[in-house]
Amino acid sequence: MLIQALFYLFATILVLAALGVISARNPVHSALALVMCFVTSAAIWLLIEAEFLAVVLVLVYVGAVMVLFLFVVMMLDINLAELRQGFTRFAWLGWLTSLAVIVEIVGVIWARGGLGIDAGHGGTPEPAGYSNTLELGRALYTRYGYPLELAAMLLLVAIVAAIALTMRRRAGLKYQDISGQVAVRREQRVRLVKMDTEQGP
Amino acid sequence: MISLAQLLTLSGVLFALAVAGVFLNRKNVILLLMCVELLLLAANFNFIAFSRYLNDVNGQVFVFFILTVAAAESAIGLAILVVLFRERRTINVEDLNTLKG
Repeated sequence: MLIQALFYLFATILVLAALGVISARNPVHSALALVMCFVTSAAIWLLIEAEFLAVVLVLVYVGAVMVLFLFVVMMLDINLAELRQGFTRFAWLGWLTSLAVIVEIVGVIWARGGLGIDAGHGGTPEPAGYSNTLELGRALYTRYGYPLELAAMLLLVAIVAAIALTMRRRAGLKYQDISGQVAVRREQRVRLVKMDTEQGP
Repeated sequence: MISLAQLLTLSGVLFALAVAGVFLNRKNVILLLMCVELLLLAANFNFIAFSRYLNDVNGQVFVFFILTVAAAESAIGLAILVVLFRERRTINVEDLNTLKG
């Protein structure tokens, strides 16, 4: 009963936050609403015993990806008024599409025997002492070993691509050349000048 | 106990809202990227709901990989966005017409 109440509370917050993401005037507000979406989703995932993924969602998405989004939104100097032009022009199409999708999905799920399975319950609860992280790790490092390594390679490629795309060298900018400083020789810095001795008066 | 139907309904509503967001904010690339994140979140909800329903951890492994790919996608997308803004001083989708056929 408590779980049901919590689920409906978080689901309401989630839907309202999603509405905020798509309708906020300011992209910063959209990003913050999306953070709210991720946090409430993590709470719902905790309720359905997917603890590891809930924590990962908060750490990776709220902690890294959304901070990146906010950083980019604040860094770019965007003319918002121009982007808002024609906001309502295709709004009816958007709402119509979303309404159709909702009606279809909800109809399929809630129609009698629509899925061909009994969707009225949520699976048996895990026994006490069950560790979601342990099970997930066991699956990841045995059956999914090669996909895991592929995912690691993908992240490496993403790092390299993102840095290569955004790095630039400005002409005329003065910066320290550390390897040049370290590799300097005595001959490049010290010059011995041989002079005649000064004669006294 | 949260039933499968409740979770799937929530995920469907979330997906539909994200699709509406793609229509509404079709000029702003940053908001389009955020809507894509919402779409992926709705898909993840489905995977976790069925993983819970079938007591099968493989669905959660899939969510793990989707999260990885989505993080890489948003990082590269935002990098492309920054380069784009530097070149064109705009992120309006309608101004990106260099490749018109």
